Amino acid sequence: MKSRFISVRTIVACFVLCALAFAQDLASFEKRTTVKKLANGLTIIICERPEAPVFSFFTHVDAGSVQDPMGKTGLAHMFEHMAFKGTDTIGTRDYAGEKVALAKVEAAYAAYIAERDKPVDRDEKKLAQLEQSWKDAIADADKFSAPYNNEFGKIVESEGGEGMNAFTDYDETGYHYSFPINRLELWAYLESERFLHPVMRQFYKERNVVMEERRMRTDSDPMGRLIEQFTEEAFAAHPYHRPTIGWISDLNSFSATDAQNFFDKYYVPSNMVITVVGDVKASEAMPIVEKYFSRIPARPKPDTATTTEPPQNSERTVVLHEQSQPIYLEGYHRPDYRSPDDQVYDAIADLMSSGRTSRLYRALVRDKQIASDAEGFTGYPGNKYPQLFAFYAAPLPGHKPQEIGDAIHAEIDRLKKEDISDEELRMIKTRAKATLIRSLGSNEGLAFALGLNQSRYDDWRELFRSVDRIEKLTKADIRRVANQTFNPENRTVGIIEFAGGPPPGMPAAPQGGGQ
Amino acid sequence: MTMTTLLTTTKRGILSLSAVLVAITFFSANAQLRAQSPPQPQPWQQIPIANLPAFHPPQPKRIELPNGMVIFLQEDHELPIIDGSARIRGGDRSVPANKTGLTDIYGEVWRTGGTKSQTGDQLDDYLEQRAAKVETGGGFDSTTISWSCLKEDFDDVFRVFQDVLKNPEFRAEKIAIAQKGMYDGIARRNDDASQIASREAAKLVYGANNPLARDAEYATVAAVTRQDLVEWHGNYVHPNNIILGVVGDFDSAKMEARLREAFASWPRGEAAASPAINPDPVKPGYYQVEKTDVNQSQIQMLALGITRKNPDYFALSVFNEAFGGGFSSRLFNDIRTTKGLAYGVGGGVGAGWDHPGMLRLMVSTKSKTTIESIQALDEEIADLARRPINDDEIKRAKDAILNSFVFRFDSPDKILQEKMAYEFYGYPLDFLETFQQKIETVTKEDVARVAAKYLHRNQMSVLVVGNAPDFDKPLSSLGAVTKLDITIPAPPQGIVPEQGDHP
Repeated sequence: MKSRFISVRTIVACFVLCALAFAQDLASFEKRTTVKKLANGLTIIICERPEAPVFSFFTHVDAGSVQDPMGKTGLAHMFEHMAFKGTDTIGTRDYAGEKVALAKVEAAYAAYIAERDKPVDRDEKKLAQLEQSWKDAIADADKFSAPYNNEFGKIVESEGGEGMNAFTDYDETGYHYSFPINRLELWAYLESERFLHPVMRQFYKERNVVMEERRMRTDSDPMGRLIEQFTEEAFAAHPYHRPTIGWISDLNSFSATDAQNFFDKYYVPSNMVITVVGDVKASEAMPIVEKYFSRIPARPKPDTATTTEPPQNSERTVVLHEQSQPIYLEGYHRPDYRSPDDQVYDAIADLMSSGRTSRLYRALVRDKQIASDAEGFTGYPGNKYPQLFAFYAAPLPGHKPQEIGDAIHAEIDRLKKEDISDEELRMIKTRAKATLIRSLGSNEGLAFALGLNQSRYDDWRELFRSVDRIEKLTKADIRRVANQTFNPENRTVGIIEFAGGPPPGMPAAPQGGGQ
Repeated sequence: MTMTTLLTTTKRGILSLSAVLVAITFFSANAQLRAQSPPQPQPWQQIPIANLPAFHPPQPKRIELPNGMVIFLQEDHELPIIDGSARIRGGDRSVPANKTGLTDIYGEVWRTGGTKSQTGDQLDDYLEQRAAKVETGGGFDSTTISWSCLKEDFDDVFRVFQDVLKNPEFRAEKIAIAQKGMYDGIARRNDDASQIASREAAKLVYGANNPLARDAEYATVAAVTRQDLVEWHGNYVHPNNIILGVVGDFDSAKMEARLREAFASWPRGEAAASPAINPDPVKPGYYQVEKTDVNQSQIQMLALGITRKNPDYFALSVFNEAFGGGFSSRLFNDIRTTKGLAYGVGGGVGAGWDHPGMLRLMVSTKSKTTIESIQALDEEIADLARRPINDDEIKRAKDAILNSFVFRFDSPDKILQEKMAYEFYGYPLDFLETFQQKIETVTKEDVARVAAKYLHRNQMSVLVVGNAPDFDKPLSSLGAVTKLDITIPAPPQGIVPEQGDHP
């Protein structure tokens, strides 16, 4: 113990109290959390948190970009955008007519793509005609929906919806917002309709929006470019190597029909968990939620088999020569979230990265003074499948990425060769509990955490059990896992090297600064 | 870039957060407000909506000590946590230009530099054993010091808080680390196009030398000394400059006694001045930053906004929601949904607490639709006169603000933060309550009037950060273009190593 403030007694006292507070919370959550599996396979969680007359929900769909078909990367994310386009009653002037018009768009698009993608003998004149026919068909279909653009989002907003958004990652897709509590039934209607009668309207314009999203997050951002290349390099076989946003050629190819097919296959009730948290009573809310969501027909659970990433067996490196300042990134393969060592990796991430007592901060930022920021984290790029434990650091001006790599490896060697200290182990365990407690104070956060754990483990209580497992872990666990994971042949390195300033005509990079 | 942002770059969402910047959302107990919708009554309109139950959340207790320190106590017994945060008058706006960056360094080293009796590293160990935090920071008009701890650690953590508050040591080795971090930020500041755009936008609106816009440079950071930090602390950290808010699982009477005991005998000091902000906008026109490694342009149309004290604030809140706020807004519907030009689009007339905010309309679009997108924004502004925000749009916007109003005070901490802001800037403490009534009375004519008053296209400057050779047309086809030089001034000799990646 370094500080004279601390006595062993206060630490033990803290521990007992933390454990008590924590147990009370778990017990209280048992009392106020209700789970029901509907006949169609959908799981509903209702958690009572009567702090204010509002509620939040989180719709967890157990399908992400890992499920994108070959040649159609970005499709899971594209569907997520389409889930804001309304239904057969929301966002249309006349759905019967629109349906016919949308079918014509698909036929025209298929004809256009067939000609465009001919390997030989493409007829450019015919192609131009087909493209025009497709655009004309879009214009016809838009006549049904244009006056009601974004009607779904408009309803949610004008009814007081807060924080409406959605996300797609490799492992899953999520939808969420919050409403005043008197809109619970309206929400149950809207959210179930969304996944009962989605309509793939305005698909090709929204595809352009998604391409802009790709330009923003990936193409025009050096860090985005690095992450895409690094991830592609680290995974040879598993779909984690593909970008969630999609390759541009795939974005330029897939169709509304593809998005509908993706929905039909993966948005099945048994693949979804709906979590509601807020000022609700389960006895009153469950019948309402059930009434609307049980309308979604049962469908078979999709086959989600994927290739298992084989052992790496060789160090891999990608280097990007950019106009921007250097970055260092490296990752090591580790097993999926069901691994008995899952919490050991969490503990290592915490030890290496949490705050100014963390090993990487102390070594790279405080002592060696070669980085402005350095962290290790697990669960990259997802955690449902075998994944990476990664390290990241930003070298200070004048320091090379390779220096950073060496410094990180020195810390890894320490982890492999020496036990961590009693104080460090205690910090990890105390922090895990405190972090959990702090996470329980918001409807949005709880809805996400309960839904995610229910989906991953079929039991929301795993949210609390993971902290129990951290409580049980030992110094030997950390050494063992470090030794089995952090080895050069299991490593992929991604680097941004500063390649000099912009081309002639642009201001030159200054001495020591950089453009 | 932190771990968190790194991870989120792998997630793709429907909305860009930066694009909804001006959406200001608020509620109504009036449950009869319903959005009008398409053709015949829709199924969703048949669903009954009861009145929202009466909700009178506890308000924080305000205490003013004889020495001028203001304390707000807000009980929240949901979780065994006690958090506190003190906001201290004085910030960037009071820093001389040749020391720009001083409050950032001060904000870091106040905590990392430790106290007279404990080094910052010792405090780190002590607090982390309790999963507790005491942190400090610097800002535009104030600095902050806060704590967060489990209830049973309150005594231990509050002792550290008081020690850092009153007895900081600003150890030299931590100043060096903070300066190096600043140098790194300076070196990286042209790496990301959206960061360039927001930085240069502030300069166009407020003037390059305005404290709201000026950049810390190698030289100004290097000029900051330990003596500066010690003097800053001596000049500003007096009880009469402090607003302290405490929220969590405590008994207010006992906490009040505890805080009185801690702070009542602390003598007053000189009250912090708050130098006026005098915006000095550039002349309207086109301003261009060349960025050759991007395929998307960042476009911003800019002018001065208003303060919240301006009576037009309420009508502008409705206007912003209807024009550039969210899914329902014109910019989103026209430029994103109908034209497919952008993922990130939005904006409105921003309102500052005690200085004018920025009027900002922004869109990010591929290089080859840059001019087209500027013209699309032009159209939207021109359209405000030809096709004023209509009844339906007004109703949707007001409903959105009023029906979501409850989210402004759905947690004790949010209420506390609002009250502290009103106290800091001298607003009536019931500002939020009156806001609701004032939004309800906004009319279509009010919105048309403020749109005409504040959105003058010929008084805006247009900033474009992008790869000019790939634009659909030269920017100069729209008007005279001023090229902005964003070259980073070279560091003084010897402060940054010369080997390595920096030629």
